[in-house]
Amino acid sequence: MSIVESDLRPVLITGDKTMHQITEDICRPIEGKANKYWWMAFIVASAALTWWVICLSYTIGVGLGTWGENKTVGWAWDITNFVWWVGIGHAGTLISAILLLFRQKWRLSINRSAEAMTIFAVICAASFIVSHMGRPWVAYWSFPFANQFGSLWVNFNSPLIWDVFAISTYFTVSLVFWYSGLLPDFAVVRDRAKTKSMKFWYTLLSFGWSGTAKNWQRFEEMSLVLAGLSAPLVLSVHSVVSMDFATSIVPGWHTTIFPPYFVAGAIFSGFAMVQTLLIITRKVLGMEDYITLYHIDMMNRIIVLTGSIVGIAYMSEFFIAWYSGVEYESYAFINRATGPYWWAYWSMMTCNVISPQLFWSQKLRRNVTFTFFMSIIVNIGMWFERFVIIVTSLHRDYVPSSWVMYHPTWVEMGLFIGSLGLFFVPFLLFTRFFPVIAMSELKTIFHSSTSQVKRQQKEDKKGELING
Amino acid sequence: MDSPKRFVYGIYNDEHTLLHAVEHLRHEGIDVKDVVSPYPIHGMDDALGLIPTRISIASFMFGITGTSLALLMLWYMNIHDWPMDIGGKPSFALFKNIPDFIPVTFESTVLLAAHGMVITFLLRCKILPGVEPEVIDPRSTDDHFVMKVRVWEDENESNVRAMISKSGAIEVKG
Repeated sequence: MSIVESDLRPVLITGDKTMHQITEDICRPIEGKANKYWWMAFIVASAALTWWVICLSYTIGVGLGTWGENKTVGWAWDITNFVWWVGIGHAGTLISAILLLFRQKWRLSINRSAEAMTIFAVICAASFIVSHMGRPWVAYWSFPFANQFGSLWVNFNSPLIWDVFAISTYFTVSLVFWYSGLLPDFAVVRDRAKTKSMKFWYTLLSFGWSGTAKNWQRFEEMSLVLAGLSAPLVLSVHSVVSMDFATSIVPGWHTTIFPPYFVAGAIFSGFAMVQTLLIITRKVLGMEDYITLYHIDMMNRIIVLTGSIVGIAYMSEFFIAWYSGVEYESYAFINRATGPYWWAYWSMMTCNVISPQLFWSQKLRRNVTFTFFMSIIVNIGMWFERFVIIVTSLHRDYVPSSWVMYHPTWVEMGLFIGSLGLFFVPFLLFTRFFPVIAMSELKTIFHSSTSQVKRQQKEDKKGELING
Repeated sequence: MDSPKRFVYGIYNDEHTLLHAVEHLRHEGIDVKDVVSPYPIHGMDDALGLIPTRISIASFMFGITGTSLALLMLWYMNIHDWPMDIGGKPSFALFKNIPDFIPVTFESTVLLAAHGMVITFLLRCKILPGVEPEVIDPRSTDDHFVMKVRVWEDENESNVRAMISKSGAIEVKG
């Protein structure tokens, strides 16, 4: 018996899988040995991570003078990288929370790895916040507790303090959302374990989950409520990040469209990163039957939508800068497009607004190689967006005598490249030791969205038409 | 006659057969205690007669606790204990500063609602690191389903087993 679903709904699991095969396919990377591509990637990522540790130690040991910031450009690559990473994280929560609320079944094959991406990306983002503080050993001063230097508290009127709350809430809530979803899947690995050590570790990780009806009932309600809490949370996080800029009075930053514009940009870059990761993951782990061309197509649709929203935001900024009649505001934008950083601005425009428009073509949306290429382009574009917003707005101050250019040092470049290692090392470990697809949740659509069920449905319909 | 045992287990390999079996056996007066499945089954709550979970109410309670604690903290720190005047914008009263305090209040609400609910979930389900699971059949996390039936002293066990078998179970254990 199958659950009746419109045959216009696409097949989400191809290859005529049985339920047992789904378990086998998803557990295989955990139970088998890593192939040479995984080891190559892991060695490169570990090298980058080592380089990150070196650059971070140098920054902390010597001080922020090792960076290229100066008295005019006080924020540059550090905050660019912070916003870039935290933005990437947003797609994971969008997939697991907002697509759950919208009952989008295609999320089930991608939510696990997207959420993992969120968690590792937020760790990278936090590393830039802590390192740019100059004295990271007193990072706890940003939390509100009575300090021993007098009864002065943190200033809750400041968006920087809102950010402390937003990022830490976002990180911990994403982590428990991800982990609670992992519990039943760890139980699957535990019950299949052939060796004693696997049995031990996965029993520990699964918290003793057994899947009774009452536990599933609570599990489902909890997932729904966590999704309901995470949806406004994810929107609030990047809104608060944007307010770090928007509540200042720097021309180019003091803009009311920043919150929605940043959120759209975050989802845009996050989906690009999901594409980058999943196109490699599905190939290396052989998950093509679960992450199909349809999944890639749907993500590309979100990319073209959010890319266009970002494009409209760029144009609105220009229009309002002119329409406001504020000469400083107008100059900030003219300087962006035609000043010494014109190349950064036009890289951003090309990568984020012009090239994603190619995704209006379904043929290109379903082309894996092209999608992979575009996902890299979008990630580069979104990095430039943050660079443009931060550096070009700052580098020409009100007083022309303080006009400067900003040049990154090798330490800053090392921290950025190293942060990719900080991201990819845990992500690669995740693909080896955790089920990369939420198989327990995926099995709920087994009777409605597998290829054999869909085919049977079509045949039944044909039979009905012939037999009248 | 068999000696009375506490539980027998029916193993099924199809969720719809299982769902009908639960409904049928319960209708026949058999005490179906629980069902173990690899994924949540739509309609199983009703079939087993489970009362709805109140975990979302718990979450709401944690949430409003978060809201209240955050407002209390913000008022105490920035209004009452050490009001600061930054950029000519003094912190005099909670109702005047409330727009600035919304983000932190919101985040604290979500923080407590989410974590409070997850902790409640773990405690109520009795799952924590180190807990040994009750695995009746290892296939019950893969593609099989287990029905847990309690046999009472006054019931004929072989009769119950036959009924479970007849309802579509591929195996009867215990």
